[in-house]
Amino acid sequence: MTGPLLLEGITKSYAGTTVLHGVDLRVEPGRTHGLVGENGAGKSTLVKVLCGVTTPGAGRIVADGRAMRLDSPRAARAHGIALVTQEVALVPRLTVLENVMLGRWTHRAGWWRPRADRLLFDGLLGRTGFALDADRPVRELPVADQQRVEILRALASGARVLALDEPTALLPRTEAERLLDLLGTLAADGMAIVLVSHRLEEVLSACDVVTVLRDGRHVLTAPAAEQTPRSLVQHMVGRPIEVLYPEPAPVAADAPVVLSAAGLPQVERLDVRAGEIVGLAGLTGSGRSAVLRLLFGADRRTSGHVTVDGHPVRPASPRHAMAEGMALVPESRKEQGLVLVRSLRENLALAGLSTRQHAGFVRRAAEAREVGRWLDRLDVRAADPRGRTAGLSGGNQQKAMFGKWLMREPKVLLVDEPTRGVDVVVKVEIHRLLVELAARGVAVLMVSSEIEEVLGLSHRVLVMRGGRVAGEFARGAEREDVMELAFAGRPR
Amino acid sequence: MRVRDSGILLALFVLVVALSLATQTFLTQGNLVNLLDQAVIVGLLTCGITLCMICGVFDLSASAVLAVSAVVGVLAARGGGVALGFGAAVLTGALLGALNGAAVVLLRVHSFIVTLALSIVYRGLALVITAGAIVYPDPARLTEFQSLSWPTALGGVTVPSLLLLAVSAVTSLVLWRTTLGRRVYAVGGNPEAARLSGIRVGPVRIVVFTISGVCAALAGLVLAARGGSAQASMGTLLELSAIAAAVIGGTSILGGEGAIWRGMIGVLILTLIGNGFNLLGWDTTYRPIVEGLLILAAVGTDYALRHREE
Repeated sequence: MTGPLLLEGITKSYAGTTVLHGVDLRVEPGRTHGLVGENGAGKSTLVKVLCGVTTPGAGRIVADGRAMRLDSPRAARAHGIALVTQEVALVPRLTVLENVMLGRWTHRAGWWRPRADRLLFDGLLGRTGFALDADRPVRELPVADQQRVEILRALASGARVLALDEPTALLPRTEAERLLDLLGTLAADGMAIVLVSHRLEEVLSACDVVTVLRDGRHVLTAPAAEQTPRSLVQHMVGRPIEVLYPEPAPVAADAPVVLSAAGLPQVERLDVRAGEIVGLAGLTGSGRSAVLRLLFGADRRTSGHVTVDGHPVRPASPRHAMAEGMALVPESRKEQGLVLVRSLRENLALAGLSTRQHAGFVRRAAEAREVGRWLDRLDVRAADPRGRTAGLSGGNQQKAMFGKWLMREPKVLLVDEPTRGVDVVVKVEIHRLLVELAARGVAVLMVSSEIEEVLGLSHRVLVMRGGRVAGEFARGAEREDVMELAFAGRPR
Repeated sequence: MRVRDSGILLALFVLVVALSLATQTFLTQGNLVNLLDQAVIVGLLTCGITLCMICGVFDLSASAVLAVSAVVGVLAARGGGVALGFGAAVLTGALLGALNGAAVVLLRVHSFIVTLALSIVYRGLALVITAGAIVYPDPARLTEFQSLSWPTALGGVTVPSLLLLAVSAVTSLVLWRTTLGRRVYAVGGNPEAARLSGIRVGPVRIVVFTISGVCAALAGLVLAARGGSAQASMGTLLELSAIAAAVIGGTSILGGEGAIWRGMIGVLILTLIGNGFNLLGWDTTYRPIVEGLLILAAVGTDYALRHREE
């Protein structure tokens, strides 16, 4: 491949949700191409399509005038396209050299030629300026070095296009700068670099061209020199999508503090009052979910102190947190929220089994009645509440998860991604539900990747960055301001 | 009722019809009573092992617990009477089962490995207690001890068969109707979701291992009563038959799904195959091949149906 690589009209859907709508991208040799957008804008998916990790539903990838079939990472590699992701994909027990040469050992008539391998490896070190011990097992290396090994691997495979998904996210500042310098060198050698990053300053300084995606659509491709972080954010945000958020009822002046936490690693002090909705905004990986999990005792608190209505909550017992009136609607329905192989009824009943029992036996009539009431109230559509939960749509599953916790009538509701993977109708229903719960005096602490959702529903917004709460906004804050704080530059 | 349910019932039905047509002897009272009695040992183990599998754990120590319990039961009966012997055996089974559970929970190692290692320990324990010899109840109480394996007035159905019916009924009731049963299904289906719902995952697992231990002890008592003796090597590897029976019936090895009745159907099918070989006068050297292929077919079908559903 010598000319540009063209992605044309790439469309991709997961389980009915379209994440890429006919996106075009032109990747030129000798250029570093930045790819930015909000969480869920489709950056990672686009890169995965480019590197054969996922196949697009429509659209084609063209190089040198020919459409290519990239239906596996292997096929992409054969075309000289390599991907370096955040999750390092190395064999931990093998050495640096073995990992770099994995699958492309030098051989003659089937016999391995280790000395030739080593020469090749030394050549790569010279080209990149990396200082790596060839014979050290990869698992002993720090993350930054493991990433270097991945890059060497890509180079050893003769890659002409190198895509990197958030390569600097886990690196300290100096390491990140060295990596970006290297990308510049590789581009100068004629390689095409695609860089996905949340750090806008970094993208602007390291890239020649920058592309902005929003809601799975291409918004802008422009020379990086013409853009500023502020202008990028404006393109990323665009005109807000018209979802009408229900207005939360004002919190009574004398509303008592229900949930109170002090000395958590992420936040020095956190109070949520009865009837208040507090939103936690921030990027994926900024530590939002960790706050909820620590409050609920899903992960053990090693520092800090949590109370509900003044009663201390034990550091590592969801059961005790529940007894004190807390509920956690977790991030993942499949991993944390539901027992998908069991029925809707059993799932809703699960968090309150002991409230409907007689001498250890389930009071089935009471259970069917109570579950039925919540299914009606939340409008969960299921042919048979005794059928497997796995067969329901994402929206119905999500509502079922809410039903399970609302049946306990919690005083404090912790919600992680309340509307992840649900359609617009269900989304609006859940928004109404949250506002209604707050109006009835429930203290709500909500995490969401969608900034509009956080801004639209919350009385107060806390913004997280790099594992800490970095700032707080009152209701009515500007979206750009919140995003700028969340995206702000490099970590300290 | 889903395809998976009807499939296994159909298989049982076909076997019964085929054997009824092919032989004069299958549908006789004597053979049916005999058939049921033969199913008891593996049947009892299957009750406990099904509970464990639904809860997402494996009990590979069941036959070793069976041996220790039987040995303890026989020795205790020698010292303090048959009733004490029975009681001591059941208590031993419960304790060893609880120990399995505690080890699995505390070590956080896969139950497969933990119970495999402990089964070796238990066999060794039985060897130490018996000093490698076969142990007998004292002759004066032998008849009373063996009465556990006798036929009853109910058409000659044996006491062990009734015991299996009772144990399978009780364990079914636990699974279907109690909050413990709900917890067992939830822990097996998704331990993290169960934990976040306030369920104490560790104790639930310890309870199912304990129940499995009791089932193994009852099987040990039946075996000892039949033979009038107990020894360290009795019942070796029977837990594998029990796991096979559970799987043939359609209990998921991934946990969260299954039922006692399924395990019982699996046991009946395995027993029918053995019975059929005998009645038809086939060469029983081929029996293991048929049983093994059947297990493979059952697991393969289960996997295929599961994937079609999702």
